[in-house]
Amino acid sequence: MTEIGSASAQPEGRTHDHPAGRADSRATVVSSRGRRAPRRSRADGRSAAGFLSPLVIGFGVFTVFPVVYSLVMSFYDWPVFGQRAFVGLRNYSDLFDSDSFRQVVRNTLLIVLVYVPLNIVCSLTLSIWISGRIRGRNWYRVLFFIPAVTPVVANALVWQLMFQPDGLAQQLWETVLPGQAPNFLGEGNWAMAVVVLMTLWQGVGYNTLIFSAALDAMPADVLEAATLDGATGWRRLRTMVVPLISPSIFFALVMTLIGAFQIFSEPFILTGGGPGNATETLVTYLFHTGFKEYDMGLASAVAWIVFAGILVVTAVQFTLQKRWVHYDGDK
Amino acid sequence: MTATSSAPGERRTRSRRWGAVVSQTALTLVLLAYLFPFIWMVTSSLKPSSEIFANPPRLVGSSVEWGNYSEMLDYLPFGRLLLNSVIVAALGATLAVLVSVCAAYAFARLRFRGRNLLFVLLLSTLMVPQEVVVIPMFTMMRTAELDNSYLALILPWAFTAFGTFLLRQFFLNLPYEIEEAAYLDGLGRFRTLWRIVVPMARPAIAVLFVFTFLSYWNSFLWPLIIVNSLDKATVPLGLQMFMGQNGNQWHLMMAAATLSVLPAVLLLIVLRRQLVAGVALGGLGNR
Repeated sequence: MTEIGSASAQPEGRTHDHPAGRADSRATVVSSRGRRAPRRSRADGRSAAGFLSPLVIGFGVFTVFPVVYSLVMSFYDWPVFGQRAFVGLRNYSDLFDSDSFRQVVRNTLLIVLVYVPLNIVCSLTLSIWISGRIRGRNWYRVLFFIPAVTPVVANALVWQLMFQPDGLAQQLWETVLPGQAPNFLGEGNWAMAVVVLMTLWQGVGYNTLIFSAALDAMPADVLEAATLDGATGWRRLRTMVVPLISPSIFFALVMTLIGAFQIFSEPFILTGGGPGNATETLVTYLFHTGFKEYDMGLASAVAWIVFAGILVVTAVQFTLQKRWVHYDGDK
Repeated sequence: MTATSSAPGERRTRSRRWGAVVSQTALTLVLLAYLFPFIWMVTSSLKPSSEIFANPPRLVGSSVEWGNYSEMLDYLPFGRLLLNSVIVAALGATLAVLVSVCAAYAFARLRFRGRNLLFVLLLSTLMVPQEVVVIPMFTMMRTAELDNSYLALILPWAFTAFGTFLLRQFFLNLPYEIEEAAYLDGLGRFRTLWRIVVPMARPAIAVLFVFTFLSYWNSFLWPLIIVNSLDKATVPLGLQMFMGQNGNQWHLMMAAATLSVLPAVLLLIVLRRQLVAGVALGGLGNR
């Protein structure tokens, strides 16, 4: 399997001495770092300490220490006010015993499973479309990117307005379809659909830019051939374009998956996790337990479950990548 | 003769040209649909409040109510929020760039013991999600009595492994000879960095600045946790507080939303090159 894949990727790898090489030349520099760095006096050590100390101190205080601290907290009953007590793994076992937390995990996994593939497919389609024979393509890319840079809270507000009872969505539904429109944000499945749709709307522009950068680095005729209609175009797309930009797809997939586990603002503003806990995600749940119920220990345990989830999924990604990601230097 | 033989080819190019026009038109329609929420936001912000839920829906209200904006400003100190956001984002991004430039230079150009180990340790923390850090950070800030302050909003996110990594990669690609010459001429390490390396690395530094600025600008979870007054609230947090108090005054909320979207859109259009370059380098991460 692997051999067939890399064999088909090789000819392309050889043919382009294009800007695509940029990323790789960087990679070579990294690996030849030792050779490049000059032989220097011992004074290097002292200046290094000077240059690094701001980062090392800040990083120690604001990343390393909190990470350790948070793991410790997750083993404690840790209210914001009052006595703390070591409880071992009880926070974790309480979480997995609670129906509401299991619901939250299911919600988050559902979002991940629906949102991530949709995002990749939409942004891949959009980026290929724009990279075809479109005038002013950079403007399209920038304009599709707008929802990704505007404040999520503002974005969520207008979505909330549109999907309110008697809002635009409901009125349009009732003009076009017979019968009464659903209360989009008030019914569990519909609320979830709106949350996913809005998240998708915000996420697609970013991945479109990532894929566009990769497509721009590709020889023009490959893309030209792939934007042909019909079976040939489709096959070229699958066998040539996708393998060529597979490192970008891999990167986008990893980042989007990590982001999907951490979805917070969209459901928090749109639905507040409701109705009931139908759109409660791991992170909105974390916020509620930590900063509404002031149970910092339990909230820390949730945070570590999110972290563990991210680590596992990313590790799986990296193991699977050999099967489908083709880097230029692949042997 | 020639004309007849070239006819099929001509037809093909003509149909291809038509294809391009259709494709461009369709894409523009998709774009308009995509940006529709913003259009709705702006037009709703200018509608009379009674027409927000008008049935059948109308894109533009019967009159243009600029007064919504001044009414909104009576409820919400938007200027204050904007100022807070600018202070936090500008100072935060500046600090992040300074710290990253120094550290990246050390990793790229200096030889010292434990360099690779330290770098790998730094990179491994790229995976740590914000949520893990946020809870202990809250208790730390409270202990230091820094909650509800600019410092609390800025400091935690200014020491980024990502920025250091991005700039280090860029520094490694710069020609070393100029620096070498400057250094041999007796320019100290710090001045070499400041006078020679930084000017050459301006594009990468701009990218890092813009991305850090935007992630401060849009950050919501942390301000929500650490700030509890409009006095120090950033734009997204102020919007959320406003929403809690005036939940049904949609015309005012849309006015506030429009004002908070505007700076980001302007920034995106002005700095589009840096942003696109930054995304290509894998910037922005998640927020």
